[in-house]
Amino acid sequence: MSDSANSARGDLKLTRVTKSYGDFTAVDDLSLTIPEGSFFALLGPSGCGKTTTLRMVAGLEEPTVGSIHLGSTDITFTKPYQRPINTVFQNYALFPHLTIFENIAFGLRRRGIKDVDEAVNKVLGLVELPHLAQRKPTQLSGGQQQRIALARAIVNRPALLLLDEPLGALDLKLRRQMQIELKWIQKEVGLTFVHVTHDQEEAMTMADTIAVMNEGKIEQMGSPADLYDNPKTAFVANFLGQSNLIKGSLVGTDGDSLVADLFGQKIALPRSRSHAADSSIFAGIRPEKFRISLLQTPTSGNVLTGGKIEDVSYIGVSTQYQVMMPWGQELMVFEQNDDGVAPFQIGDAVNISWEPIFTFALRGDEDAEAGTEVIPEDLDEE
Amino acid sequence: MKKIRTPYLLLLPGFAFLLTFFIFPILSLAQVSTATPISGGDIGEFEQTFRFSNYLEAFLDNREHFGRSLIYAVLATLIALLISYPLAYALAFKSGKYKNALLVLVVAPFFTSFLLRTVAWKQILGEEGFVVPTLRTLGLISESTTLTSTAGAVVLGMAYNFLPFMTLPLYASIDRIDPRTLEASGDLYANGFTTFRRVTLPLSMPGVVAGTLLTFIPAAGDYVNAELLGGPNNTMIGNVIQSRFLIPDYPTTSALSFMLMAAILIIVTIYIRKAGTDEVV
Repeated sequence: MSDSANSARGDLKLTRVTKSYGDFTAVDDLSLTIPEGSFFALLGPSGCGKTTTLRMVAGLEEPTVGSIHLGSTDITFTKPYQRPINTVFQNYALFPHLTIFENIAFGLRRRGIKDVDEAVNKVLGLVELPHLAQRKPTQLSGGQQQRIALARAIVNRPALLLLDEPLGALDLKLRRQMQIELKWIQKEVGLTFVHVTHDQEEAMTMADTIAVMNEGKIEQMGSPADLYDNPKTAFVANFLGQSNLIKGSLVGTDGDSLVADLFGQKIALPRSRSHAADSSIFAGIRPEKFRISLLQTPTSGNVLTGGKIEDVSYIGVSTQYQVMMPWGQELMVFEQNDDGVAPFQIGDAVNISWEPIFTFALRGDEDAEAGTEVIPEDLDEE
Repeated sequence: MKKIRTPYLLLLPGFAFLLTFFIFPILSLAQVSTATPISGGDIGEFEQTFRFSNYLEAFLDNREHFGRSLIYAVLATLIALLISYPLAYALAFKSGKYKNALLVLVVAPFFTSFLLRTVAWKQILGEEGFVVPTLRTLGLISESTTLTSTAGAVVLGMAYNFLPFMTLPLYASIDRIDPRTLEASGDLYANGFTTFRRVTLPLSMPGVVAGTLLTFIPAAGDYVNAELLGGPNNTMIGNVIQSRFLIPDYPTTSALSFMLMAAILIIVTIYIRKAGTDEVV
C-alpha cells in the first residue's frame, strides 16, 4: 500500500483521455490540468461526461484511451485503494452498519494510521458535528450526512478530493450554506478539490476554475468571471446564466474595437471578446447589461432602436422584460429595481442600450439555442 | 373503541389457525410423550402415567442420532452457504438484465417434489448413474467405493434440497446493499477482500442469519435424505421418529420430537444472540 502511487502529490493531469461504452463516447479526447491546491469545477448537463471523468480519476473506471497523472506518477490503471484520492459520493454512500466515528475512521484504519481518535475528533470538529460520533448514518439528516461524507474523505488528507454532485440531495437553502462552508473548508485544509456539478451557480460560487463540459469535451475553461463575461461558444453563453444572441456581421474596425452590423444597426465590441471565424457572428449580451429607455431619452454606448415591451415580470430585486425587436427577436432584459422609477409597461416603445465592453461575439454558424434546452437533470443518471 | 379492536380482529384468523393446527397438536403431543402402553391392551393403546423417564430413555437410546442430525445439518448448512453466497452475490450485482430469469432458475427445483428430487439424486449417485463410472474411469474412486449410503451423500442431498432457502434470503439482503458503499470502501483504501470482510459481509448478515436458519432447521429434522441417500450408519433423528411412529410407539416419538424442538430452539437462540442483527428477530 505504501507504494509510489499512494504518496503521489502534485497537479492532476489528464492527457487525451477517451472513455467509450460500445458505440457511445462518454468522454472524448479530453486533456486537462488541475493545479495542486485549487478548487476546480467540472460543470455540464446530464450525460456530458463529467461524472465519468471523475470516476476515471477516482479509479472506478478505466479510460479506453489516454493517461492520468498525479504529479509525475502515472495512475491511469492504479486501483482505487492505491490512489491518494478520496471521493464524496453523490448520496454520500456512508456505511450504514458503522457508527459515524467508524465511518470516518474507515480510511485511517485501512492505512494502519495511529491516533485514529485524534484525527477523527478533529475532523468532526471541523464539520461541527462532534456530538454525533456514536450515531448511525440513518439517524442523521441529509445535511449532516453530507458533512460526514466530507469528513470521511478529508480526514485522509488526500492529494485530491473529488466531489460528485455533493449537494444535489439538499434543499436550496442548505445547499447555499454548504457551498460557502465547503469553500471555507477547502481553504482551511488546503487540499485540491475537484467538484462535479450541473448547477452553474454552485460551480461559480465555489470554484476558482470551471471547465464547462458538453458531449464528452471541454467547451471552455476559465475563472467564473472569465466564462461569464467572455464565453467562447453559444453553449457556454447559454449554460452559464442567460444570453441574448443576435445574428449579425462584422463590418469594420475602430481602434481596439470591432464594428458589427445587427439588422442594419451598428454596434461596437472589444476585439478581445470576438471568437468569430469570419464576418458572420452572433453578438452576445447578458440580460442585466442592457438598459431600457423610452425613445426620447438620450442614450450612450451601443443602442438598438425600435423595441417594444412584450412582457414584464417583477421579481423583487429586479424586473425582467421581454422586448420585441423589429427583426422579430425577443430580447431578455433584467433591470435592477434600484432607481425608484416605475417599471415600463407592456406596449411601451423603447430603445435598448449597453456599454460596448459587455459585448461578446460568437461564430455565426453556431446553434444559438445550444445549452438553453438543458432539462433539469435526474441526479441518479449518467 | 372500534379503532382499537381492529388489529385484534385482523389477528383472529391467524390465531385461530395456529390454535387449531399448532397449539392443540403440541398439547396432545406433550400429553402422549409421558404416556405408557396400557397393560394387556392392544398395540397402539396408551394411558397417561406421567412417566417423564420416557424422555431420558428416548434420549439415551438415540444420543448417536441426535448428534448425527446436528452435525449433518450444520455441515449441509455450511455447504449451502458456501455455494449460495457467491451465487446470490452474482445475482444481485452481476446478473444485469438476466436477474429475473436467473431468480426463476433458483426456485425452479420447487416445481418438482422434494421426494422426487431426492430420488433423482439417488439415481445420479447410484451404480447405474453416470457419476460413479466416470469417477472410477478417472481413477478418483476405487472400484469398490460407492457414493450412495454415505454420510457425504446425505449431507450433499440436504445442501442441495435446501439451497433455495439459503439463496433467496441472501440474495434479498445483498441486493439491498448500495453498490456505492462498496465503491466508497475501495475509495477509502480497502482492497477487494477487506471490502468484503468490512462492508459486504456485515451488510449481508441479515441474509446470512435468515438463510442459515431456514436451512438448518428443516435439515436437523429431515429424514428423507438419510432414508434415500444414506445407509444404516447414516440414520438421523428424523428417521428414528418416523420408524418409531410406524411401530407405533407414540410416547417415544413424542418425546423425541419435543427434545429435537428444544435442541433446535436452544441452538437457534444462541446463534441469533451471537450473529443476529437488529433486522432479524
